Amino acid sequence: MKTTVPIITAFLSGLVMLLVFFFNPEKSAIGRLEPEVLSWVTIVGGFTLLLGVVSIVRVNYGAVKRRKEGWKYKIATLISVFAMAVPAVISPRVSPLFGTAPGSIYDWLFNNLDAPMMSTMFAMLSFYIASAAFRAFRARNAEATLLLLTAVTVMLWRIPMGEIMLVKIHHSLPEIINSYIMNGANMAVQRGIIIGAALGAAAMSLRIMLGIERTYMGK
Amino acid sequence: MAFLLSIYSLSPAQTNDSIMDSSASANYTDSAKSPDSSAVQGNRRPDSAFRSERINALIFMFIFSMVILVYTRWAKSGKELFIRKLNGLDEVEEAVGRATEMGKPVLFIPGIEEIDQIETIAGISILGRVARITARYETPLLVPVRYPMVLAAGQEVVEQAYIEEGKPDAYNRDIVRYVAGEQFAFAATVNGIMMRERPATNIYMGAFFAESLLLAETGNAAGSIQIAGTAQPAQLPFFIAACDYTLMGEELYAACAYLSREPLLLGGLKGQDWMKILIIILVLVGIVAASFGILGGFIGFFESV
Repeated sequence: MKTTVPIITAFLSGLVMLLVFFFNPEKSAIGRLEPEVLSWVTIVGGFTLLLGVVSIVRVNYGAVKRRKEGWKYKIATLISVFAMAVPAVISPRVSPLFGTAPGSIYDWLFNNLDAPMMSTMFAMLSFYIASAAFRAFRARNAEATLLLLTAVTVMLWRIPMGEIMLVKIHHSLPEIINSYIMNGANMAVQRGIIIGAALGAAAMSLRIMLGIERTYMGK
Repeated sequence: MAFLLSIYSLSPAQTNDSIMDSSASANYTDSAKSPDSSAVQGNRRPDSAFRSERINALIFMFIFSMVILVYTRWAKSGKELFIRKLNGLDEVEEAVGRATEMGKPVLFIPGIEEIDQIETIAGISILGRVARITARYETPLLVPVRYPMVLAAGQEVVEQAYIEEGKPDAYNRDIVRYVAGEQFAFAATVNGIMMRERPATNIYMGAFFAESLLLAETGNAAGSIQIAGTAQPAQLPFFIAACDYTLMGEELYAACAYLSREPLLLGGLKGQDWMKILIIILVLVGIVAASFGILGGFIGFFESV
């Protein structure tokens, strides 16, 4: 039962999504099934949100209770979870500070704390790219040297000053880099990876639908 | 399948920008329609319930299914199948062994996407295999997740792995934990775990986006052995630069079959390889047809998705 029901569910869900692709939503009932199935996913996802809250509270409360390393940060996490969630779920009819509309506590916290922190994390990516590039672009052998030269050329082409320099060497050099490196070699390799990945995804979907692959259930 | 077929209709005029900027696979599909294919779509009969312009996808899907099923049947009958070596996966047990010797945990991240994404399912499947190894060696395992549905699936898979290894008492519900719903909040939390707990091994398997390098570089700085696998082409260079082993594209989907060595799953991989050969032949025929301006019907057949 514990295996059969998920397999049947996976088969039927997969079959519906497969059929939907071949039928016109305006002209057939099958075609209209897609939003229905996707709504079910949203509803199930809504219920599981509670699991997430329980997990985050369990893990962090346990760490605070046992005074684990960094337990003070866990208190900040717990306060943040409830500070964002509680005012958001209370009806705005009680007070305009509740709910998620502009001017609410949730909105203020999101715009003034959450969004800047997310931006900071994203901005840090440039430093990480620099350190990763430093390791990747070392001329250790012939292939690595080729990679280094290609990377330098592409980086030059991507920045306005570099493009001016390239044009001075040869007026159509940026065009050549675009055609041969980016739209040629780079795109060909990317398409090869995409085709392989798409085949792998399709094969795995088929194995799941037919009940051959049960590893996602831990079997 | 639409995704697969749409690859053929990528317009030559499409610049690399759309490839590099796309952080989700959907972008490839959305931008993949050339003016020609729009024209074909425009010719579709609106009164028809069946989308006849997608018959090519149906034919391709039928052939693909048949090949997979034939190879699965062959594998079932005990026929020996050769599967090429995947170094990254061969190192998984070694990496867990290292963590055991060091007395440090193994960190596994099944991507940052929802459970409805096939990459996440692949990640969860691999998690089951990794959890078996950690259960066998009694190595601590940490699995931070971004979505509650992934949390539920992950907990189920890890629990099952511990039971099957005869170590149900070693299982703890908090092995798989929900940490944050926001992409960068998730990355910050995982980076914190890496710096505080110093896991000996980090395994990233699933869909990753801009946070891939934040995670992999932090793991590198923490001195962990890192094995990554993703089907997101834009993130592969980051993982290759920062990780010890990287599974590219289809290797992610093959990982579970490879680790389990189950003939039924390996049969599917073999069928997949034959489909790749078919695609290579079709691409070569397409190149010749487009170069010499012949076989217009052949090219048109692949444009209408």
